[in-house]
Amino acid sequence: MARKLPQKDAVIVGLGWTGSILAHELCNAGLDVVAIERGPWRDTATDFLISYAQDELRYRLQHELFLRPAQITVTFRNNAQQTALPVRNWGAFMLGNGVGGAGVHWNAETFRFLPTDFVCRSHLVERYGEKFLPEDMTIQDWGVTYDDLEPHYDAFEYLCGTSGTAGNLNGTMLTGGNPFEGPRSRPYPTPAQKQGYGHTLFAEAAKQLGYKPYPQPSGNLSQAYTNPLGVKLGQCTYCGFCEWFGCANYSKASPQTTILPVLLRNSNFEARTECEVLRINLDSSGKRATGVSYVNSSGEEFEQPADLVLLCGFQLFNVQLLLLSGIGTPYDPQTGNGQIGRNFTHQTMSTAVAFFDKDKYNFNPFFASGAIGMCIDEFNGDNFDHSQLGFVGGGYIGQVRTNGRPLESMTVPPGTPAWGIKWKEALRDNYLSSMIVSGACHASFYSYRDIYLDLDPTYKDRFGRPLMRMTIDFHENELKMSAFLTDKYAEILQQMGAKQIVKQPRKGPYDVTDYQTSHLCGGAIMGDNPGHSALNRYLQSWDVPNLFVQGATAFPQNAGYNPTGTVGALAFWSAKAIVSQYLKNPGPLVHA
Amino acid sequence: MPAAIVRGGLPWKPGSADPPTAVMPGGWHYFTAQEARAVEAFVDRLIPPDPQTPGGKDCGCAVFIDRQLAGPYGRNESYYMMGPFQQGTKQQGPQSALTIAQQYRKALGALDNACRGKYGGRTFADLSDGEKDEVIKGLEDGSFKLEDFDAQSFFNLILTDTRNGFLADPIYGGNKDMAAWKMIGFPGARYDYRDWIDRHNERIPLPPVGINNHPNWSQ
Repeated sequence: MARKLPQKDAVIVGLGWTGSILAHELCNAGLDVVAIERGPWRDTATDFLISYAQDELRYRLQHELFLRPAQITVTFRNNAQQTALPVRNWGAFMLGNGVGGAGVHWNAETFRFLPTDFVCRSHLVERYGEKFLPEDMTIQDWGVTYDDLEPHYDAFEYLCGTSGTAGNLNGTMLTGGNPFEGPRSRPYPTPAQKQGYGHTLFAEAAKQLGYKPYPQPSGNLSQAYTNPLGVKLGQCTYCGFCEWFGCANYSKASPQTTILPVLLRNSNFEARTECEVLRINLDSSGKRATGVSYVNSSGEEFEQPADLVLLCGFQLFNVQLLLLSGIGTPYDPQTGNGQIGRNFTHQTMSTAVAFFDKDKYNFNPFFASGAIGMCIDEFNGDNFDHSQLGFVGGGYIGQVRTNGRPLESMTVPPGTPAWGIKWKEALRDNYLSSMIVSGACHASFYSYRDIYLDLDPTYKDRFGRPLMRMTIDFHENELKMSAFLTDKYAEILQQMGAKQIVKQPRKGPYDVTDYQTSHLCGGAIMGDNPGHSALNRYLQSWDVPNLFVQGATAFPQNAGYNPTGTVGALAFWSAKAIVSQYLKNPGPLVHA
Repeated sequence: MPAAIVRGGLPWKPGSADPPTAVMPGGWHYFTAQEARAVEAFVDRLIPPDPQTPGGKDCGCAVFIDRQLAGPYGRNESYYMMGPFQQGTKQQGPQSALTIAQQYRKALGALDNACRGKYGGRTFADLSDGEKDEVIKGLEDGSFKLEDFDAQSFFNLILTDTRNGFLADPIYGGNKDMAAWKMIGFPGARYDYRDWIDRHNERIPLPPVGINNHPNWSQ
């Protein structure tokens, strides 16, 4: 029998980036807020200690800071003809767990989307015509513009202390930055990080080919910084144990290093950790959330009533909770009806491995951070003319190598045996002079009618609830785009002086064992109309107005950048609407 | 860790930490004596010794695998292990109902049986180096069949674990004296390269350091 707890003004499901941002904004507005987090409390001084944080086996290979599939997982199939099977061990994506969420282990690559990304469909149709898009591509405009979000991108970047070089300052173009970026109102809060040899060589070669390389915007800070909340971050030491790991230096932007020290001092905030939300509860009309039900680590069930519910979990679990709670209509790929589960996307990743003369080149790949690197945006979004290319979309291309960790740096020239003395010699002779950049071509993944999420009919979690089922495969558009970008990257490697280049464009079928970022998006997308979206422009549920759903769940399709900058901007934008409009007059903020 | 209510400030308990437990050499925690012989022989062919760098056996790769199999990795503790179990496509990933430790046990037994059958009653460890390499090639391409176990799956599993033992921090029992890190030029568990990031294309003379391993520390 669930125990009913005292009413709160707001309950937040998941205490990662968006949960922390929303909690802070709502507490400042005077609300009594409780955050319920599935995983444990984590903090730098106890969990990411400088004496043993640098453990590749424990944190990178054995995923210690991550959610365990044993706790909850998803099922996967390429298409509706297959039976979906459980993802028994992570592969294609790694899901965060614990306070701080993915903000603890992320690379801290902090991009803004392009202005055209937010009006993706209307822009592409205007430029190339409706017939240029594949018939089953379901991309949409977002319902917000880059200009709407600019102040909130700024807020997130200044919260984090993001290190970068501005390219477009209020319309004035500045050398050294990204010439394609949307206009920003202020420079980055800290200067760009320093670059290693490989990154610098890439930028030189890119310039020689006529491109305009810029430093990757980094949440691993180039210098010590005090953010607007008064929280202090340290200087990144280029340790090369960044993504997958917690930072021992307080130099990676995370909820721990930017918000939690201040948030926890609020007497009207409480976090409950190791508690799993089972469902969002609705009243008899089905149009009002009354709170959430959750289970603690002893198995006791509680009901937490609240006036306002914020779903701030990871994308997959936000969608799962909506479906399990009966909110909105589940998407049916046959009829095309239903908003919950559709427009599910990932990221289209590819690379080329390059081998250089070991007597002339020493890249010292271990001098790196999670967001170091030099990028070019000439082939991102619609920055280039697609009319003769037969695809839409694009991505950044960059030498963004983050580490020289041995277990991830074993690539040897093709034809080398996988074992034996020749393997050993090849590893010895190529480790310092090879260029292995898994994230080199980081491209868009547009949405399609037959790529979606729903509840699995067979497999259950430890509470007996159906797992989320992913039906996903690559379409021709993304594969063509990937081949194109990979070729461009290879040309730059050639210019750099590589003696051997092994192109690895993305190939289908989508493989759930092959890591390709954790940038899963969509499933409850935002838009200007409840007929083709689950959320309005403020991330408010069309179906249940006292429910807001944060995160990349809202993206109608994924663009050619890491999503977290946009997730942070949307969180601030949504928070502002909640505080300045919703709290004054609870109810639908948009009447469509 | 039990559910915690966190309010009023950052929770803080002095001295709380969770460092890794160093593997103590000596004995086998999971492998039987026969299995250990087979694995030591196997890892030494996957990564043979050379004049500069020891092979898989002397680097402790078999010890590494043994300790891993005796722990949460071997027990698939992090895996979703609920049924029903059914084979899927390659893209759907591993779907075995057996834990990794159980897979090793089964495959190593099948390996020795298959070797006895083909090599006049001799188990894998008793074969010549050339014969062992023959067997390993056969597992790699699937032509050397194991009873009731997929040869290539076993090959991929032991190859991955051997490489991990070779190149992981020595605290886990392999990469003895950081031999593998010295071979490739990886400085190990260092954490501050601010003085080095601008020094491009230089051979940096930093000997490797492990989590509990440094050339200046007495063992």
